[in-house]
Amino acid sequence: MPELLWLIVALPFAGSLVLALAGKHIPRLATAMIGVGSVTISAIIMLFIGVDFLHANPAGTPVHQTLWQWINVSGFSPGIAFHLDSVSLTFVFVITFVGALIHLYSAPFMWKEEGFARFFSYMNLFIGFMLLLVLADNFLLLYLGWEGVGLCSYLLIGFWYKDPANGYAARKAFTVTRVGDTAMVIGLFILFTNYHTLNIQDILQAAPHTWGPGSGIAITTAFLLLGGAIGKSAQVPLQTWLPDAMAAPSPVSALIHAATMVTAGVYLIARTHVLFELAPIVQTTVAIIGAVTLIVAGMSALYQHDIKKVLAYSTISQIGYMFVALGVGAWSAALFHFMIHAFFKSLLFLGAGSVIAVLNNEHNMFKMGGLWKKMPAVFWTFLIGACALSALPLITAGFYSKDEIIWQAYASDKGSIVLWITGLAGAFITALYTFRMVFLTFFGNAKAEPAYRPGVAMTLPLVVLAFLSFAGGFIQLPDNMGHVTLFSQFIHHTLPVTVTATSGHAAEWIAQVIAAVVSIAGLALAYRIYYNKPFPAAEPVRSPIQRFFFQGWDFDQLYDKGIVQPIVFLSRIDKNDIIDRFYTGLASIAGLFNRGLAATQNGKLRWYAMALGIGAVITLTILLYT
Amino acid sequence: MTIPMEYGLWLAAILFCIGLTGVLARRDVIFMLMSVEVMLNAAGLAFIVGGAARGSADGQVMFIFILSMAAAEVSVGLALIIQLYQKFKTVDADSASQLNG
Repeated sequence: MPELLWLIVALPFAGSLVLALAGKHIPRLATAMIGVGSVTISAIIMLFIGVDFLHANPAGTPVHQTLWQWINVSGFSPGIAFHLDSVSLTFVFVITFVGALIHLYSAPFMWKEEGFARFFSYMNLFIGFMLLLVLADNFLLLYLGWEGVGLCSYLLIGFWYKDPANGYAARKAFTVTRVGDTAMVIGLFILFTNYHTLNIQDILQAAPHTWGPGSGIAITTAFLLLGGAIGKSAQVPLQTWLPDAMAAPSPVSALIHAATMVTAGVYLIARTHVLFELAPIVQTTVAIIGAVTLIVAGMSALYQHDIKKVLAYSTISQIGYMFVALGVGAWSAALFHFMIHAFFKSLLFLGAGSVIAVLNNEHNMFKMGGLWKKMPAVFWTFLIGACALSALPLITAGFYSKDEIIWQAYASDKGSIVLWITGLAGAFITALYTFRMVFLTFFGNAKAEPAYRPGVAMTLPLVVLAFLSFAGGFIQLPDNMGHVTLFSQFIHHTLPVTVTATSGHAAEWIAQVIAAVVSIAGLALAYRIYYNKPFPAAEPVRSPIQRFFFQGWDFDQLYDKGIVQPIVFLSRIDKNDIIDRFYTGLASIAGLFNRGLAATQNGKLRWYAMALGIGAVITLTILLYT
Repeated sequence: MTIPMEYGLWLAAILFCIGLTGVLARRDVIFMLMSVEVMLNAAGLAFIVGGAARGSADGQVMFIFILSMAAAEVSVGLALIIQLYQKFKTVDADSASQLNG
């Protein structure tokens, strides 16, 4: 069965190619069949390989598959080769499985769009590149996937390209992530010059023997890789692109900007965990960045009116939690939260997409309300997703994943009380903004009437994802509650076990109770402020502090004033330097000749005859008198 | 009595210049076509004169070629003039100057 690994990657690429080449000539139903089918078959093959991997291979030995050699230049020979271990299997599972559900949802969602085939072509291409990213056995192939998903993100954010604002958002996403990517490429250069290979496993095995812990080169490399990770995962200070990326259609937001691509940074750090462990300062930075991000994004989410912006900031904030977990060395907790987050966040985005679609593209939550009776399927699934996001205790998967992170932020040997308090504060904010969203959207007075009800193909993915958001947590329970460790055991085949400094069930119980109380307190506060209260639908006048949070802590203005405007100013000064003048001069001379010669082509036949006559006279004269 | 070759060639040259002047000076396409015929015949005359001076029939053969070519050219030229007239309702050559650069 593992021989079929290449097929998982190849199928979405093939689907994308067929749709790109023949998309205009095949009917919509066939387009949907190809687009959804390719990813679904990938997901089925993935399930078979996954079951095989778990059963036939209890030790979790990585599966390796080399398809062909890509390049061979003086010892540098990366291959098109896949490396499947427990970490990449988790990612492949989420990408194909959640991806297939979102593709299924997209078919009715995008049915009336002009670029139906184009949409599925991009989506399939994205799945292909993302799988390439997580399965690559060398950094070059990983980087190909890395840039490929960036490209697809760009294409899909600008999917409705007729609105210039969407094009701007797409360019912004591409440019901001490029800052991180540049850092990452330099990191890869350092790795190559030191190890003369880009094979990930070789480097990870060699690194501890060549680089001492805390050595300068290890810190530099880890910092540069971290740069790539924060760009892709939209962490502070490169988080500004993700809220704007909500210009994409909702299924895209669910798949790319919540469930998969933005977690590529988490994957990169988990994959190169050896390098980060060699650089403790950088690993601490990871945790700090995560902690800062989860508060910054959470506060911004509290002030948004656009339902998708709330979810966008929430995504940034939740990835902040994953970064905290990575930073304290709780590798399996980070990946567990990644998986559960992919379930509930894509569920929330798809639910929000349904609401937006049936209300004729209304994004403002204050213009919604009272929808719970009118769209019961969407409401109940959305509620389950919201409970998971706010980590309501015991019943939701989000509790088990997030609680583990918050606990490890304190209990791990790299953890601290500050991280723990930040995590709790973040959990409170999360519950508050999540239920603010739920109460505004689904309760209160109905302000708009749904135009239609979502069909089966749209509600089925919601139901499946809701089930996973609820039941997914029971594969990993804390020590003191059943002590189920299916997931962490599986991950520990690849990543090291978290070193805990604090042990004992008493402390863990107290921490869990506090975490539970905090999230319920958030819910209760949201209930008091937002449940059944009449709010004006219009945009309110915001006080300066509200506007500060609403605009995402004014990072955009900061970058505009601090970076963009100085560069524009310098380039304006430098526009007419001597070199430019030389080349402009060449161009204007050519233009002069052009105008002169064009004037002789006046279209008048007699002029041409005259020119012929004069030419003949001159030629004869020369012939006769020389 | 024989006419010196130079006389014939001068005649041909004068005819050619008259034709050329006609092509350059007239704006009416039909007159321009007629002037081109004059130029062709001037060239033909030059061939005949040259052939006669050397005592060979080559010049006359050449003239017959030119004559048949001129007949073909006139048929094409007249067809073009009809097209021109239908499009511009005039036979003024300067009005058909849309291909200017």
